[in-house]
Amino acid sequence: MAAPFDLNDDSVVVIIGTGAGGGVLANELAQKGISVVALEAGGRHLPDDFINDEWESFGQLAWLDPRTTSGDWRVAKDFSGLPAWIVKSVGGTTQHWAGASLRFQDHEWKAKTTYGDVQGANLLDWPIDPREMDDYYTKAEDKLGVTRTGNRPGLPGSNNYLVFEKGAKALGYEEVHTGRMAIQTRDDGDRIPCQQTGFCFQGCKWGAKWSAGYVDIPEGEATGNLEVRPQSHVARILHNEAGKVMGVEYYDANGTLQMQKARIVCVAGNSFESPRLLLNSASAMFPDGLANSSGQVGRNYMRHMTGSVYGVFDKPVKMWRGTTMAGIIQDEARHDPSRGFVGGYELETLSLGLPFMAAFLDPGGWGREFTSALDHYENMAGMWIVGEDMPQETNRVTLNHDVTDQYGLPVANVHFDDHPNDIAMRNHAYKQGQAVYEAVGATRTFPTPPYPSTHNLGTNRMSENPRDGVVNNWGQTHDIANLFISDGSQFTTGAAENPTLTIVALAIRQADHIAQEMSAQNI
Amino acid sequence: MSQKESLRGLTRRDLLKRASAAGASFVVGTGFLAAPDAAWAYEAEHLDAETFATLVQMARDIYPHDQVADEYYVIAVKGYDSADAAAGITAGIAALNAAAQGKGFDSYLATGWERDRVDILRGMEDSAFFQQVRGGLVTGLYNQKAVWPIFGYEGESFSQGGYIDRGFNDINWL
Repeated sequence: MAAPFDLNDDSVVVIIGTGAGGGVLANELAQKGISVVALEAGGRHLPDDFINDEWESFGQLAWLDPRTTSGDWRVAKDFSGLPAWIVKSVGGTTQHWAGASLRFQDHEWKAKTTYGDVQGANLLDWPIDPREMDDYYTKAEDKLGVTRTGNRPGLPGSNNYLVFEKGAKALGYEEVHTGRMAIQTRDDGDRIPCQQTGFCFQGCKWGAKWSAGYVDIPEGEATGNLEVRPQSHVARILHNEAGKVMGVEYYDANGTLQMQKARIVCVAGNSFESPRLLLNSASAMFPDGLANSSGQVGRNYMRHMTGSVYGVFDKPVKMWRGTTMAGIIQDEARHDPSRGFVGGYELETLSLGLPFMAAFLDPGGWGREFTSALDHYENMAGMWIVGEDMPQETNRVTLNHDVTDQYGLPVANVHFDDHPNDIAMRNHAYKQGQAVYEAVGATRTFPTPPYPSTHNLGTNRMSENPRDGVVNNWGQTHDIANLFISDGSQFTTGAAENPTLTIVALAIRQADHIAQEMSAQNI
Repeated sequence: MSQKESLRGLTRRDLLKRASAAGASFVVGTGFLAAPDAAWAYEAEHLDAETFATLVQMARDIYPHDQVADEYYVIAVKGYDSADAAAGITAGIAALNAAAQGKGFDSYLATGWERDRVDILRGMEDSAFFQQVRGGLVTGLYNQKAVWPIFGYEGESFSQGGYIDRGFNDINWL
């Protein structure tokens, strides 16, 4: 049967969310001939629609439904209603992402074994062998067209990169290049190569950057096996008396509650909405929410140890020109406890336009200390820090019953406290980042606090033992065989790398597993 | 600026005559605020002109950029000159003046040194009023496209083909 599908068609796989996890899974299943209904809370935004303007684009793409925050992280004070800068759109946050596509290092799949017991951390090994991921990573890199993999050349270095590279080399760093980026560099495919426009975070108007929204989703739709329903917000996952999921209730574009039957449900709404949905789906049979016999749904929220360093120079840099994140120092990504922390971090070039720099350089800051920095905006260079943060049981997404969204559903509260390991690593990274710019003659540097999170991980984590997590090594929930988690919330630990490539590789792998289990009539 | 035409009948000379008040950087008239050289003017509708002038000075003291002219600060705060916001702003400015008087000045606007005005602001930076004005300025001031070139920021580039042929790697001092 071809798309569109009937609400009562109980043979379909329902996927909730169309980002790096859900969007890729939808296409992969459709390519295998499996009928898929993808429900996406956001609307469709294609490259022509994107806006080269930070605040206007934010209004267009960002997920702005209410959320609340708590904990000692500064985001809870400065951006209390905005714990994350992620996207509500067909394609999800792959519309906004910078394109950095890095494989995990082998030891990062086995954080508990490698790092040992870290007090206060809820570490666990992934139930996946790193060698098992090699082929899936290659498939993901080919799908995304990642530079510096598969004979694809790297991007050229922008002004911001050239400053970064010179400082890095002066410090003796060796693994320094323009990154492994899911951005076209050659005029040999369907997509236009990068025109060094900047505004990667606002959606690539050339379509040079890979996004599930305009690559995987249309590919899947072209098979006739995928129906995407935009502006469809899932309220609840339904189950039958046998404890198997049998459909979902969602509000359609008109705000009308609909029910779509399903053979399998895959949840890929990101690390806030996915656990929120499982918790909001509590029933008499599952009073603590679906797939929550371990009590781990919503726990172990990770957001990467992040921060930024900006440097001011006595001459212009014009960091906003060119690809936003095409620059990386990988020397600090190794695990080397002699630095005073476990795990490692990457340094990656970053730039913000003047409007966002004013909002994020030092949130809440004012007076001449603040404005004299912006006075030299043209002479600024910038980098972002992304490192492994420790999973903690108390860092978690819960339902806030005092605040409801436009559908009357309790919103997610996001609680986060830094772990001492996160703080030690951030301080090390600030020092190194500042040293990079000082080596090129920076007259002033800024250790800038983390922004609202873009890497949201871990709230439905993968575990060998059902007691320790929510899903097994395939992303299948331990409790309900036909309920899967397909986004970054299944991450057992966060590793130091930007997560999208791993989310995509896991989605390709999960599609293989689901297809096999469906044909074996196991689910 | 767009409010220029609203100065019905007022001549440049009239404006200059009113520029007497203690060498202020702008002229406060009955219901309006103007540059001493009459390059721009803003007619306040809901706020007392003195209150509006104080608000503009407060905005500059929160985010001082000496190369950015007053008119941009006026634009940044003129949204508060509305029926909904006027009462709260008037009360906030009254509190600001009271704080200035508590430190021995006649008013906030009459406080000559920036460091003294900043000292007054520091004393109230946790207040809802201060945070309302500061928070609003983050977009009100820095998201004005007319302000961007003053900082060298070039804004959108897609319509010009990006920077691939326009200097994405033109740095020459490394």
